[in-house]
Amino acid sequence: MPAIDRSRVEHVAGLARIALTDDELDRFTGQLQVVLGAIEQLKDVDTSAVPPSASVLPLEDVMREDEPRPSLPVEVVLAQAPDREGDLFRVQASLEERPDA
Amino acid sequence: MREVPRTITETAQRLRSRELSAVELADAFLAAAEADPFNAWLHLAPEHAREQAKAADARLRAGDAPLLTGVPWACKDIIGTKGIVTTAASKILAGYIPAYDATVVTRLNERGAVMLGKTNLDEFAMGSSNENSAFGAVRNPWDPARVPGGSSGGSAAAVAAGQAVFGLGTDTGGSIRQPGALSGVVGMKPTYGRVPRYGVVAFASSLDQVGPLTSSVEDAAIVCEAIFGIDPHDATTIDRPIDVRRDLDAGVKGLRLGVPKEYFSPAGVEPGVTKAIRAAIAQFEKLGASIVDVSLPSTDKGLAVYYIVQPSEASANLARYDGVRYGLRVAGRDLVDTYRKTRGAGFGPEVKRRLILGTYALSAGYYDAYYVKAQKVRTIIKREFDAVFETVDALVTPTSPTVAFPIGAKMNDPLQMYLNDVFTLPANIAGLPGVSVPCGLSEGLPVGLQIIANSYQERMLFRVAAAFEHATEHHQLHPMKAAAA
Repeated sequence: MPAIDRSRVEHVAGLARIALTDDELDRFTGQLQVVLGAIEQLKDVDTSAVPPSASVLPLEDVMREDEPRPSLPVEVVLAQAPDREGDLFRVQASLEERPDA
Repeated sequence: MREVPRTITETAQRLRSRELSAVELADAFLAAAEADPFNAWLHLAPEHAREQAKAADARLRAGDAPLLTGVPWACKDIIGTKGIVTTAASKILAGYIPAYDATVVTRLNERGAVMLGKTNLDEFAMGSSNENSAFGAVRNPWDPARVPGGSSGGSAAAVAAGQAVFGLGTDTGGSIRQPGALSGVVGMKPTYGRVPRYGVVAFASSLDQVGPLTSSVEDAAIVCEAIFGIDPHDATTIDRPIDVRRDLDAGVKGLRLGVPKEYFSPAGVEPGVTKAIRAAIAQFEKLGASIVDVSLPSTDKGLAVYYIVQPSEASANLARYDGVRYGLRVAGRDLVDTYRKTRGAGFGPEVKRRLILGTYALSAGYYDAYYVKAQKVRTIIKREFDAVFETVDALVTPTSPTVAFPIGAKMNDPLQMYLNDVFTLPANIAGLPGVSVPCGLSEGLPVGLQIIANSYQERMLFRVAAAFEHATEHHQLHPMKAAAA
């Protein structure tokens, strides 16, 4: 597997929605190369007959009754909002308005 | 008041003899916490604590008080507390006030315990030195130039320094046991599924578990008794009731204790640590246990598995910090730019590194090579533990390869920092319970002995730990005593 490089770190940081400074990009690239280098040793483990474990619990499909319960009051939920409009969280438009719409 | 009590059992006894009241006790501990020189606390809650202490005194007078009533405790600031700031030591949550209590907090409240405030940690519990806090490093009460371990370093330091009788921490790869070892207190991680994580800020959900930091093994069992048990709000909790304190005095005579050779490989393990652990093993032998050499051949793959699974889960869990509903928002030119700027400004370097690593491991083209591969090796590690527990009752190992290291020593070398957890993270990968107990000093700094038991065998875990504690005096050492000596 090719070593991770600066442009890939920048791309992945974009996927993770994290703005990085140039200095961070340089530093993290070197550090992640070292960490991924240590992770590479997994390649040598024979896992051809081994199922993956997502969890160690002997549980699956935990069900409960679907009973209506009171929710938190709207004011409590919105109390921590960075910006709001009435009972809504206010954010920027995620799509530009088309002038011909 | 003569010296404040150090253990839950002593506190409970002195409260019941009316030698002191819960309010006096809360005031004494709050004063110690306010004067804390180690940066162990992020927020104190004096009014809340005094109110709880008053209620505790009423309950003690009425005579229906559980053991934890009136006992002052420290809550890691990743555990949500209704109406009291909870930040996970991150700028992205600065000033965040939860709308509800975590189940573990509710359970301690119901028993009348007195929460003094919230303790410092590595941001989102990502670290093993407590230097990754957005609000400053925690100092080790044994030597303020050194780290207390992490990520539950604030709770560990507060208990070590006598600023709280017990603390709660969270352990994803060693974050209770390792600071317990480096700060000279008992730190215990329960079996995955024992303790509800409802209301705890999620980090890596297949690994995270809440547990106690205390000054005695019995105290750790008392806290477990309070917080264990199924919770309808957390579908990963299991329904297997257990009398955790039953075998505390049963001793180790006739037990088979495994010593996995991979935990004693010379590379990286300090000679002083090996010496203290070997002495502890000899002590077990003297107490009548059989010592069995065992092998867990994939131990050296644990770190690689952990540094794929854990960042991957973190990258999904921390996607919620987007500046929309709560927490920091830094406005950008459009919504996506707002996400990027908010997360760029709100997360510290270690969190960013892990989110990038996790996103990378989960991204198209790499998912099978990294994430699925790590999950398969996780199966192998679990099977190796299963096989070993067919022949032994518990495992004994060092908790950490080193004693507390100087602040700043590993901050520019993430891989070196990650290696601090090399002996603790296998128990998280396999979901097993583990405890670190003080087992002496190396160059004046505490060494922790780790005991690991099979899943749901906390009674065996505490039995072995208590036998060691009863036979030795290491747990009675604390930094104030060491300084006076």
